[in-house]
Amino acid sequence: MEILKSASAGTIESSDAYVEIEPKEGALDIQIESVVKEQFGEEIKAAVKDVLDENGVKNASVRVVDRGALECVIRARVETAILRGKGEE
Amino acid sequence: MRRSMLFLPGNNPNMLINASCLGADAVIFDLEDAVSPAEKDAARILVRNTMRYMDLCGCEVIVRINSVDTTYWKKDLDTILPEKPDLILLPKTGAADDALIADEYMSQLEEKLGLEKNSVGLMPLIETALGVENSYAIASSCDRVKALFLGAEDLTADLQCKRTKEGREIEYARTRLVVASRAAGVDVYDTPFTDVNDDEGIYADASLAKSLGFTGKASISPRHIDAINSVFSPTEAEVEYAYEVMDAIRLAKEMGKGAIALRGKMIDAPIVARAERTIAMAQALGMDRREDK
Repeated sequence: MEILKSASAGTIESSDAYVEIEPKEGALDIQIESVVKEQFGEEIKAAVKDVLDENGVKNASVRVVDRGALECVIRARVETAILRGKGEE
Repeated sequence: MRRSMLFLPGNNPNMLINASCLGADAVIFDLEDAVSPAEKDAARILVRNTMRYMDLCGCEVIVRINSVDTTYWKKDLDTILPEKPDLILLPKTGAADDALIADEYMSQLEEKLGLEKNSVGLMPLIETALGVENSYAIASSCDRVKALFLGAEDLTADLQCKRTKEGREIEYARTRLVVASRAAGVDVYDTPFTDVNDDEGIYADASLAKSLGFTGKASISPRHIDAINSVFSPTEAEVEYAYEVMDAIRLAKEMGKGAIALRGKMIDAPIVARAERTIAMAQALGMDRREDK
């Protein structure tokens, strides 16, 4: 199942992450904004990709604004955005 | 052992990730009042991930789901039950049927997930006049019910009276719930004290709850946890007396006596039962017997 509409989840408060997702033709584009991008950018991207894979999302544009969130929080926000983008919530 | 229970809003990562560091015996991840309708989905997933990935250092986990008259509660359980919380807090339980509806669905999920039946307990939140009047029926409605929990804010709104620090308006509800819970053989927890800046008030309120027979007390602020833990823990003198009681009982048996006195008072079955509870709690808290130190 693919992303049907633009959706977002999370906040830009400390320890949280804000995630936007929207439909994209034939590609998966992941953008990360984080103050620790240099140190953890790849880990964050891998976690986002993992959640997209788990939910069968192959075509989408995803933007993550990280505010020092733990991985489990980022995963939760990405999953919520996906479900909202699929119209399941 | 569950002296203190701390409410944490289910959609606030900053608080959830610190759950195990706040000193409470149990945390209550709240999917109900603390979460707006538009964020119920996000909170469910965040709480599930917190339980799945965070080391909560032995802190007991309770999840307050939404009430059975909403469209949210089944999704709450679908998402949360696989993580095996210790208890589900069921708000606005007004009758035994409310608890039985949740029990039936939880049983179905447990079977589907391969979990033992009743592996996740249920704690009805009594916060309406109807719930107070039906408290024994609710407490004894099914084996899954492990405790009752008094919610005074909604209750006083339902009673059409003002909520005060002194709590005269909830005296009846408090004693009614303690009697109903003890009659049903389950624990009972007191409502939070809501003035987070009143350090003396929380001691007084927790002490009152303990004197009435409550097992422990909930809090909406980490600031109240130390006071609650302190009030609901046995004192060193109480622990020492409990050991003396058990020593006296042992001595009486060795001497073939049916009854024995300690400090001028006959030791009977209720005193022995209380001593056993005190020693069990002291051991759980790592309190040594005074002479062993």
